Amino acid sequence: MTGQPKLNFPHPPARPDQTPNFSAIEIPAAGALDVPPLDLQSVDSRDYANGMIRVLDDEGTAVGPWAEYIADLDSDALLQGLRDMLRMRAVDKRLLNAQRQGKTSFYLQCTGEEAIGCGFQRQLSGGDMNFPTYRQQSLLIAADYPLRDLMGQVYSNGCDPLEGRQLPIMHSSRDYGFFSISGNLGTQYIQAVGWAMANALSETGEIAAGWIGDGATASNDFHAALLCASTYRPPVILNIVNNQWAISTYTGVATGGARTYAARARGYGIPALRVDGNDYLAVAAVSKWAVARTRAGHGPVAIEWFTYRVAAHSTSDDPSAYRAKDEAAAWPLGDPVARLKTHLIGRGAWSEERHVQAEAEILDEVTKVQKEVEAQGTFVNPQPTSPATIFKGVYAEMPAHLRRQRQEMGY
Amino acid sequence: MTMIEALRDAMDVKLAQDPKVLIFGEDVGYFGGVFRCTAGLQAKHGEERVFDTPINESAIVGMAVGMAAQGMRPCVEVQFADYVYPAFDQITQEAARLRYRSNETFTCPLVVRMPTGGGIFGGQTHSQSPEALFTHVAGLKVVIPSTPYDAKGLLIAAIEDPDPVIFLEPKRLYNGPFHGDHAGKSTGWSQHPAGEVPEGHYSIDIGTAEVRRAGTDVTVLAYGTMVYVAEAAAERAGVDAEIIDLRSLLPLDLDTIRASVEKTGRCVVVHEATRTSGFGGELIAEVQEACFWHLKSPLQRITGWDAPYPHATEWDYFPGPDRVARALTKAMED
Repeated sequence: MTGQPKLNFPHPPARPDQTPNFSAIEIPAAGALDVPPLDLQSVDSRDYANGMIRVLDDEGTAVGPWAEYIADLDSDALLQGLRDMLRMRAVDKRLLNAQRQGKTSFYLQCTGEEAIGCGFQRQLSGGDMNFPTYRQQSLLIAADYPLRDLMGQVYSNGCDPLEGRQLPIMHSSRDYGFFSISGNLGTQYIQAVGWAMANALSETGEIAAGWIGDGATASNDFHAALLCASTYRPPVILNIVNNQWAISTYTGVATGGARTYAARARGYGIPALRVDGNDYLAVAAVSKWAVARTRAGHGPVAIEWFTYRVAAHSTSDDPSAYRAKDEAAAWPLGDPVARLKTHLIGRGAWSEERHVQAEAEILDEVTKVQKEVEAQGTFVNPQPTSPATIFKGVYAEMPAHLRRQRQEMGY
Repeated sequence: MTMIEALRDAMDVKLAQDPKVLIFGEDVGYFGGVFRCTAGLQAKHGEERVFDTPINESAIVGMAVGMAAQGMRPCVEVQFADYVYPAFDQITQEAARLRYRSNETFTCPLVVRMPTGGGIFGGQTHSQSPEALFTHVAGLKVVIPSTPYDAKGLLIAAIEDPDPVIFLEPKRLYNGPFHGDHAGKSTGWSQHPAGEVPEGHYSIDIGTAEVRRAGTDVTVLAYGTMVYVAEAAAERAGVDAEIIDLRSLLPLDLDTIRASVEKTGRCVVVHEATRTSGFGGELIAEVQEACFWHLKSPLQRITGWDAPYPHATEWDYFPGPDRVARALTKAMED
């Protein structure tokens, strides 16, 4: 039958006046997929790109080949992962509060996505470089980045390693493998490829990891990065965090008719895997595999981490205006902290009591550092940065015109 | 040497000297570049140092930003300045700001070479002069040579510079100077003193202008092809013009400009780029601020018209020696 051409406008499963509905999302059983060889080729990655690697089943038991692949990850390592995530959540909670109290101008949480950055970072080595977006603060937490620096940046105060130049959450730390965050989406993805190419050329043995959200996969540099990674095959892991939302825009607008983002990467000739992003064990296992593959010189790999953005996009956003209330509670992959907790309790390494106690201890630690950092200045209690820093670091050496402008300002 | 050979020699010298230097872009590898600027470099230095890229300017510059931050010294090519726009995000938001936004823990020692300017019947997308789009960006340096000698010395300096440099190459000058007389016979660089280019390493400080013709009547601020057009115009008008080749637009050599205008009391700015919000506006503002009490006549700018670069009517568009000569005469009459 022929008819009038009609445009398609993708819609989320539910709007504010509707009941959350994720019935269209297919969740394969845990343990269903094998661990492929490290030299996996793109053509052989179809099942990984269209399926979903999962380790923890509904009871919190680790099952399948990927569970065996990380059998050496003992309870201590998993408890470390749990503590990383709790720490991340506590930091997000405290800094969100600080923004609500007017102590900082802006904040952005990663609630629900903690497992991805925390699990990935623990598989990297010193010298490896992440090219994160603004929602990978979990990489810093799991890298044991000093909370003082992290919070100082958010307060733009005397503890800020960036001396107040950057919007809160745009961290940068070369020493902790965290490339300078830019407000411009997608740009860092191709830079990660360039960095990895330089690693290969200078034989450092180090790798790079690009990060991008589902919405930003629409940017030109997503294409640029996948293409160049495919062409030159540098040691880079290209991560796509699919949290279903790009501010108010449902992920279907960015995926279009494609089934998964991993499949999109595969179309460039890069082997791609899709992973349960709320399953810390799956994150750890696939990260371990991807790091080993990349470091061994088998070329790039793309990973779609399937998750859900529980919190608002940022402190300037109110999700109740565009998505169903309590949608996070209905998310079929659950909560990463709760799932790892259940697993650890199941293997006898943890208990509800110890969990409650750990949460309290971690919140205390974070609050203590926060108070120390706030003593160095906040928005409501500013300790001004010298305006002369405006002119510092625009260039390696200050040109005459900048010196004149600084003098005009009185410095 | 021609300007092409001088640029190639600069890259050859740096490739040999510094293992961190990399050359890449569209067609620059095996083929040696559509203008031959990289001919022979891949064969001599290897594919890992000189290579072809996919046709994606954002990818070229974006890769280079990542490489530069890691410690390499990429010198990349955008085939025509007219095609730099897809890389604008990477240049202005990333390369230019990386040092600043990371408080100097990541830096971007990167050169983006691009053939610029008209006078070759290039039409709309092979003739543009987009320098003003880059001089407006804090954190960039913007360089444009007009001779083979300067091209080599400035490119070596750009590759050695710790910050990102936009390196504009006037393609009309690739094979010889051009005084704006399209009907006349053109001569190559072999017959011009600036075609004498020393072997080996030398560099020219970025941020220094050069007085091409000393004079007392009027100062002409020019760069690229317009340096030669200004020379022809001064001869045609019979005006003893002092012609300054800026060479570096950002940072700008204000001292040389000020000394000249304070001497002559008159100033004409000449560029190929369109007039409104062009770099000439900046030059005139700087001269007005720095030399107001020495000025004897209104500052003028002779530029391309505020229209896209045309094909058939090129010589009515290109600011040739007649238009510049009229401005010089007017400056003396006012």
